[in-house]
Amino acid sequence: MLDVQGLTIRYGDDTVVDGVDLFIDRGESVGLVGESGSGKSQSALAILGLLPREAAVSGSIEFDGRQILGAGERELDALRARRIGMVFQDSMQALNPYLRIGVQMRQIPLSHGLAKKGDADARVIEMLAKVGLPDPHRQFRAYPHELSGGMRQRVMLASALIAEPDLLIADEPTTALDVTVQAQILDLLEDIRDNTALLLITHDLGIVAGHCEHMIVLDKGRLVEQGQTTTLFAAPGHAHTETLLAAAPRVDRGDVPAAINGSTILSVSDVSVEYRDLRAVRDVSFAVREGETVAVVGESGSGKSSVVRAMLGLVPLSAGRVVYAGETLEGPVENRLKSHRRDLQLVFQDPVSALNPQMRVRSIVEEPLRVHERSLSASAREERVSEILEKVGLSKKYLQRFPHQLSGGQAQRVAIARSLILQPKVLVCDEAVAALDGSVRQQVLDMLREVQADTGLSIIFISHDLAVVRSISHRVVVMYLGKLVEAADSGSLFATPRHPYTQALLDSVPVPDPVVVPKRAPLRGEVPSPVNPPSGCVFHPRCPKTESKCSSKVPSLRDVEGSRVACHFPN
Amino acid sequence: MSGNRSIRITGGVLLAIAAVAVFGPWLSPHGFASVDYENILASPSLADMRFFGTDEHGRDLFVRTMMGVRVTLLVAIVASFVSLVIGVAYGAIAGYVGGRLDAAMMRFVDTLYALPFIFFVILLMGIFERNFLLIFVAIGAINWLDMARIVRGQTLSLREREFVEAARLTGVSTMRIVFRHIAPNLVGIVIVYVTLTIPQAILVESFLSYLGLGVQEPQTSLGTLVEAGVDLMESASWTLLLPAAVLALILMCFNFLGDGLRDKFDARHSQ
Repeated sequence: MLDVQGLTIRYGDDTVVDGVDLFIDRGESVGLVGESGSGKSQSALAILGLLPREAAVSGSIEFDGRQILGAGERELDALRARRIGMVFQDSMQALNPYLRIGVQMRQIPLSHGLAKKGDADARVIEMLAKVGLPDPHRQFRAYPHELSGGMRQRVMLASALIAEPDLLIADEPTTALDVTVQAQILDLLEDIRDNTALLLITHDLGIVAGHCEHMIVLDKGRLVEQGQTTTLFAAPGHAHTETLLAAAPRVDRGDVPAAINGSTILSVSDVSVEYRDLRAVRDVSFAVREGETVAVVGESGSGKSSVVRAMLGLVPLSAGRVVYAGETLEGPVENRLKSHRRDLQLVFQDPVSALNPQMRVRSIVEEPLRVHERSLSASAREERVSEILEKVGLSKKYLQRFPHQLSGGQAQRVAIARSLILQPKVLVCDEAVAALDGSVRQQVLDMLREVQADTGLSIIFISHDLAVVRSISHRVVVMYLGKLVEAADSGSLFATPRHPYTQALLDSVPVPDPVVVPKRAPLRGEVPSPVNPPSGCVFHPRCPKTESKCSSKVPSLRDVEGSRVACHFPN
Repeated sequence: MSGNRSIRITGGVLLAIAAVAVFGPWLSPHGFASVDYENILASPSLADMRFFGTDEHGRDLFVRTMMGVRVTLLVAIVASFVSLVIGVAYGAIAGYVGGRLDAAMMRFVDTLYALPFIFFVILLMGIFERNFLLIFVAIGAINWLDMARIVRGQTLSLREREFVEAARLTGVSTMRIVFRHIAPNLVGIVIVYVTLTIPQAILVESFLSYLGLGVQEPQTSLGTLVEAGVDLMESASWTLLLPAAVLALILMCFNFLGDGLRDKFDARHSQ
């Protein structure tokens, strides 16, 4: 049905897609995978005829035997609405914030003569019900900002499928969503597709393994391999596919770091954090031992970032205590002892915004030394900077670079070097590898492990990605809506999750292995607003095990064979 | 016109005008205040090196216009510089410190905005008598308000950026954060704003001079020259048209330069 031959896209002298061939049959599902900059989104936009004018496109794109490359706007419009549907990553960008959902959706059947004026609304509401939106009559009249991210993505899906297209192109449709919601959307995609072919663009091999029959691997704009998903996973024919597969972490198997017995270096007890009327963190306690990596895991709104920010003194505590090396840390970071400040360091998620764009790598990395070791001579400082850069895997030639001249992985290494140059005792990584491509993420994680082995550094690893957590952390703390729901050694948590939420999180992570049958989305609904959390156990509205007791009585943390669990009915 | 080309062209024209203003009067055989009753209201001609003709006292209009350009540019640049220094320091401190200090500082700015500017200037003139310096003060006193607001807004958003948070965590002092981390990231927007402030200051100065509140004889500025030209508009139109054309050219160049710079910095932001 769709036949792309030798697709090449250039911007000036820059070739972003180089001779890509792609073939999709009716009803087939094809995964297009690659790291950032591989040209996967550009290829999809070319098929839709949505590339910016500066792009020089050559090759051939045939849809049902008709050449659509270079076709007129009018023809493309008709094609896009009736034959090819599309779903993008950012649903907020794709919806008009000033129009009600129903008003923008009814345009599609109306403007393409698919429904008469009187029938269009009924058709839209039927579609909204089909994508699993609760109370479709109400959503019909809602504005986009009134819906959650997951619900908006359902609306996008409904809009894309309302004309019953032959092909659906989905570009990272679940990347911005929480894992439990991602699982729901992927299921939905499977269920309502019927005869519509699917081109799914993703960086996540787990999604491809579970949802695509065929896969195509791109690398730097070139097609490196394509074939049956099961075949490619079993026996990758190209080195790049092999690298991608090796870098895809698995949540269901693999070695888990063994528990560490050391003395406690840092602990938070009964910590709460409030922002006006929002209680972001409620009575959370956990401790970190010397040389240990503790993962703090949760979906958006779980309070995982807030609790460590309060610990570091970046946001005020409203209750509780933070104890470091036997001393209570108080007040904002500016009021803390210099020695405490140098011992606790933070690495941010987005290295680009964490580095001052006007400073060179050298000044960025040496700034902590200028503050804490003023007596150091220029040459000694220079030596320390080179030393730490070497440790994070960067050569001297990067000293003079500005942040925008670095790749994402290099920038994150620079940020880590800045945090490590004072030889801290505790390093907090706030989603520090979430923005990195698979292979780069592996390298950065390896580097962190190495530093830990060398120096006995303790790491607090905040993440939403349990597959990554499994490979690096000794212990895991799971949070939901500001509450700690489970804390356990990695070994026992991944083998026998005690809390139903932990169980659901584990089941939601896509496994990069087509042999493993993907589990149905384990949870309904989405994370409620932390401004007005549910009564009793905050998890009870979504919990598969919920009973009447759960909505009235708050479960306290209790010990179940070495795990701390806040549930009335733990496994 | 692409950003870079407009910057190069308008920048070049402005430099040329400045060069002529500096060296022109010096090379011309005529003095700016020397009266020549033989040649009252002579029309422009190349022969005598009277490119712009003469005024009603027989003074060479080209030399006087160039003197006017000097004064006008000087007033504009100094006033902009004053507003730059006060505005950036004020805005950056209010924005970075935040809280009550920010509220107090910005309410003060709001109050100053409420003062009727012209009334303010006339009042100052009344108290201190006419003084060249007053014009700088008056223009600077108005322009820094805009600058302070813009810088404060930008600082507020920069303060939330993670590299500032990283610096706080490391223990970098507040002063060092403001000057090392915040200020360099303000440069783009400040440069753009200054190039757009200069023509505003020029206009205000011309306006004041036109009202007779500006530069005093025998000193002159473009505004004063235009005012004198208006009286002679019918008998000797060049005395109005030529200084006015120079003024318009300078204003246009600064506006285009500001637009070009803004495009350039915006493009870098969006990348």
